Amino acid sequence: MSEFLIYKLILVGSVFGITLFVAAYSTYAERKVAAFLQDRVGPDRAGPFGIFQPLADGMKFIYKEEIIPVVSNKFLFVLGPCLAMLTAMMAGVLIPWGNTLIIGDQVYSLQIADLNVGILYVFGVVSIGVYGIMIGGWASNNKFSLLGAIRASAQMISYEIAMGLSIIALIIMTGTLSLGEISAQQAGGVGGDWNMWNVVYQPLGFLIFIVCAFAECNRTPFDLPECETELVGGYHTEYSSMKLGFYLFAEYINMFVSSAVISTLYFGGYNFPFMNDLGLDHNTISIIGTVVLFAKISFFIFFFMWIRWTIPRFRYDQLMNLGWKILIPLAVFNIFLTGLVMILLK
Amino acid sequence: MTLNAFYFLSFLAIMSAIMVVLSKNPVYSVLYLIITFFCIAGHYTLMNAQFLAIVHIIVYAGAIMVLFLYVIMLLNLNKESEPHKSNILKFAATICAGLIMLVLIGSLKGTENMLAQQPAAADIGLVKTLGKVMFTEFLLPFEITSVLLLAAMVGAVMLGKPESR
Repeated sequence: MSEFLIYKLILVGSVFGITLFVAAYSTYAERKVAAFLQDRVGPDRAGPFGIFQPLADGMKFIYKEEIIPVVSNKFLFVLGPCLAMLTAMMAGVLIPWGNTLIIGDQVYSLQIADLNVGILYVFGVVSIGVYGIMIGGWASNNKFSLLGAIRASAQMISYEIAMGLSIIALIIMTGTLSLGEISAQQAGGVGGDWNMWNVVYQPLGFLIFIVCAFAECNRTPFDLPECETELVGGYHTEYSSMKLGFYLFAEYINMFVSSAVISTLYFGGYNFPFMNDLGLDHNTISIIGTVVLFAKISFFIFFFMWIRWTIPRFRYDQLMNLGWKILIPLAVFNIFLTGLVMILLK
Repeated sequence: MTLNAFYFLSFLAIMSAIMVVLSKNPVYSVLYLIITFFCIAGHYTLMNAQFLAIVHIIVYAGAIMVLFLYVIMLLNLNKESEPHKSNILKFAATICAGLIMLVLIGSLKGTENMLAQQPAAADIGLVKTLGKVMFTEFLLPFEITSVLLLAAMVGAVMLGKPESR
């Protein structure tokens, strides 16, 4: 029992560390990608190629003066960024970071917890993620912050519906809610055994899901909660120092986690083509699989940034129209189509 | 372990439920209510009903309470704008609440001989089991509930529509 506990603790610790590391380097990557797309150099002062930039940014955030507005609600003002960070970190528990490792006669799964309600847990975490923003925005006692917070919550609730509906079609197909099983079902791929990733069977669902993921992460083109031309800084206008850092950091963690969820649900998770034809032993395949999963995640993080520096922001009514009048009917149509095909194939 | 978790969750749920009523600030009330919902979800998990727990969190904590918070934050309730109710209304409210308490105590009186039951099986709260029961044994109530929801939705759309000129 204690051995099980130690192994789980190591796993939790490493997922925690890797999440923070990836989020920190996403900030660096974001600036480098932006520089690349705009034909600039980007950060290049701290270390070779500016590789220590995230450390420098972190130090700066910590040493900045911390201002808590006098008229704000102090407890909730501090609680806001903490909640944003906490909910962002919570979903990583469910992601299958790799296949099993066999050491001696023990089998170690690289997933912290394989709940049978897996994907719903992710939705639960996403749906309470809005509290960090709302509480922070309200506690600042600033009209711009409040407007930003209200925009954020309305946007997240609206897009959660389409996201949930797009997932239902996938669940009809896979017949399970557990992320571990969904990953395992996509094993093989091209090679000896033909088995496609879910994106091949659910292109429409994937499209809806990724649009909603952008909206849930408050990324451009859906970054209206912090739309600086209208709202100064949005919900974090009054924040300074590391509390602002937490909000910005939570956004990158959300991006990392949603990239991981997209890779797991639609792009085979830790599986890669020809995995059963290489003739390698189980553990080697598992380790390569984990590396492949991180490659997929990196691609989607890059995709998030690519879109951010390519497409301008929506207007708020356009955002609501897209969510309610286009994505939700499309998602319902997708469910209907998937159900019909499943019945016909039986 | 389970018993300790039960006592802890119950204590937290009751305390925050009391705080919902006692808080002066409506935003605090809503936040305490959210804590209460989380405790109830914890109770569902203790009874092996993970699906119910997670749906409870998504629907109540994630959607309904966000809307509550949304409205209360926009109303910006504070001391100055607090509405003053007449004494008759306060009196009526007290009597109503007292009657509800009486009904609740009455319904709880019959349960004192009941033994606390262990859940019948570990998989009783799984999605598969729940789905099977819902679409065979309880199909009619399930469908009627969906009609009820549809009616509520149509009603909300009707009320929300701008008045035609």
